[in-house]
Amino acid sequence: MTSEPPPGQPPLGQPPLGQASVASRTGPRPKPPRWARRRTRRGDILRSASLRLAAVYAVLFMLSAIVFMSFIWWATIGLLEREVDAAINADARALSERWTEGGLPALADTIRLRLAGNVDDDALYLMIDPAGATIAGNLATWPAGVVRSDLTYQLRISRDGMRGLADVKAFGLPGGYRLLVGRDVRARAILKRLLTDTLLWAMLMVSVLGLSGAFVVRSLFRRMVRNVASTTRAIASGDLAQRVPLSGSGDEFDRVAETINHMLDRIARLMDGVRQVSNSIAHDLRTPITRARARLEDASLHATGTAEMRAAIERAVTDLDGVTAVFEALLRIAEIEAGARRSAFAELELSGLLDDMAELYGAVAEERGLTLERRAAEPIRLYGDRPLIQQAVANLLDNAIKFSRPDGRVSLSASVDAGLAKIVVRDGGIGMAPSELARASERFFRAESARSTPGSGLGLSLVQAVAQLHGGQFVIQPREDGADGLDAVLFLSVRTGPNDAAQPAVARMEPASSPDHEQESRDALLSSS
Amino acid sequence: MRILLVEDDQTVRGFVAKGLKEAGHVVDQADNGKDGLFMAVSESFDTIILDRMLPGGIDGLHLLETIRAQKNRTPVLVLSALSQVDDRVAGLKAGGDDYLTKPFAFSELLARIEALGRRGKGETGPATRLLVGGLEMDLLSRQVKRDGQKIDLQPREFRLLEYLMRHAGQVVTRTMLLEGVWDYHFDPQTNVIDVHVSRLRQKIDKPFPTALIHTVRNAGYMLRDE
Repeated sequence: MTSEPPPGQPPLGQPPLGQASVASRTGPRPKPPRWARRRTRRGDILRSASLRLAAVYAVLFMLSAIVFMSFIWWATIGLLEREVDAAINADARALSERWTEGGLPALADTIRLRLAGNVDDDALYLMIDPAGATIAGNLATWPAGVVRSDLTYQLRISRDGMRGLADVKAFGLPGGYRLLVGRDVRARAILKRLLTDTLLWAMLMVSVLGLSGAFVVRSLFRRMVRNVASTTRAIASGDLAQRVPLSGSGDEFDRVAETINHMLDRIARLMDGVRQVSNSIAHDLRTPITRARARLEDASLHATGTAEMRAAIERAVTDLDGVTAVFEALLRIAEIEAGARRSAFAELELSGLLDDMAELYGAVAEERGLTLERRAAEPIRLYGDRPLIQQAVANLLDNAIKFSRPDGRVSLSASVDAGLAKIVVRDGGIGMAPSELARASERFFRAESARSTPGSGLGLSLVQAVAQLHGGQFVIQPREDGADGLDAVLFLSVRTGPNDAAQPAVARMEPASSPDHEQESRDALLSSS
Repeated sequence: MRILLVEDDQTVRGFVAKGLKEAGHVVDQADNGKDGLFMAVSESFDTIILDRMLPGGIDGLHLLETIRAQKNRTPVLVLSALSQVDDRVAGLKAGGDDYLTKPFAFSELLARIEALGRRGKGETGPATRLLVGGLEMDLLSRQVKRDGQKIDLQPREFRLLEYLMRHAGQVVTRTMLLEGVWDYHFDPQTNVIDVHVSRLRQKIDKPFPTALIHTVRNAGYMLRDE
């Protein structure tokens, strides 16, 4: 019954998608006023994820540089300061020993000696008597403010006409004498300034590097996002052939792009499906409507008696009932595929349900000279939609009975394996060609050998939709034992409650395969009714 | 029976009213929810046929909820172009006794209305014995006899016959049997019901001179004593 238009011919009654989309892309598009555009642009920058990413990168980079340099500064300058402090303390200790050994003159001599032998000219000493007069040392006067002996004072000093910076410590001596020991730290101050300058310059360079790094990160990120965005935009405006370009490196961006492309492939296939289905609907509904119309018109023009008129009308009503049935089936499948029925899910016992179905259809099979075998099984509890599972099994049994040879056998069995309930309807019928098996669950598809049997070509589409709704799968294949006929296998996820995820069970069942192959095998779930 | 028909489509309303009158019922009509509600609360009917989508500010379900809130127990058959299961459930939840999807066959509507009308009268206590002509069913011992001769039935055949006997003299459609005997709410696509009825006939009618189970053309079956 299915008729596809030759390639290139647009679907009935509507312009081809491609043309419409080209028009919408090239057609004049009103531009927003200038201020609006600028404002949008600034808003874009503030909201830019790439900018945020770059900023985070730069800030992290600079923060780590600051931590690193602070450590260098602290380690160098701190070390020098601690060394000076230690030298002053050692000096003072040695001098106080001289005092104990030889008293005031020995100490003054030692100071003079030390000053004479101080090649670096960085040592500072001053000893004064209780009156404040200098006894020995190279400082002119006792610096004001230096009182306590437990602190190191940092002072500006002038000595021999030179100004400098010094660390000094004061020590009290017996008899009111006081001693000052210090070190000229001019050199250290220079080093400190030098180091500070260097670090500041380094900081500047690090900032520049950080910012350029940020820009690189940003542009990489933007390139990726732009690829995806431009592709999806093209698709949104109708060009379904677009794909996100791959860099070929197999990195994360490539993986995202692959996922998106895979999704686009699926969408394109679905779109084709929809187009094909609308063609089929047009065909499958128009045929009976045309027939009914012709009958009624013919009767109104040519019928000669009430009986003839009545017969024509009755046949027309039958035709219209057929149209209604196709409608109902299509709506039901669409409803199931949309997942709207999940609200009707409840816990149910599958084996009992199948027993009842076998009882209902057993009589039909018997009437056709067939045997319907139902093997007793253990209870199988699952969470699902009872009427839908009944309808799906009914469709399978109906098919099996319809296509069985006389005196054949149809069997209905169920088992549980790896989280999936497996319902098998096996017939000994005429079977289907492999190419037909691959298309059997397509809407309106009917195998060559089934053309003469009544049916709409929607039965197995419904079974497949039911399987998917229940986190399962529907497969129709040649019989496992090699005999003539088909095994229609309906997998349903065995769940006990609404929150139990269904998906993993399906993943477990599918063989390792490339995504495309996987899709094909899923599409190969069949139908023949 | 006195039947209230609330339906806005004039063709459908006229067709249904004509059919019901031909079947011997008295039909009052309303073409919007407001008038329908007024008639439903001010007069007494044996059954109400109610379209779900109505003009006049009060839709079918609203009307139904309102009369149910007033303890009005008149059997209601909801008629609707919405066939999705959730819609059906909503219709029954609002207090509907039966639900029929458009388009429908008139015979189906008539059979369901007559079944509802009888239910509305209320059976006087649970019967333990059903009797139609020479056919006798004991619901306690689950035995069936015709003209004193014992007939062995499978459990499902027993329930099928019980349903037919409870609706003796009325047309029962295939869908009614599928729902009432098997509790299935789907389209079985084949003549499963015909096959089961024909099996029952083999046991109930074949060995006897007269048939009790009659086929009603374009409608269904009827169990009746000639």
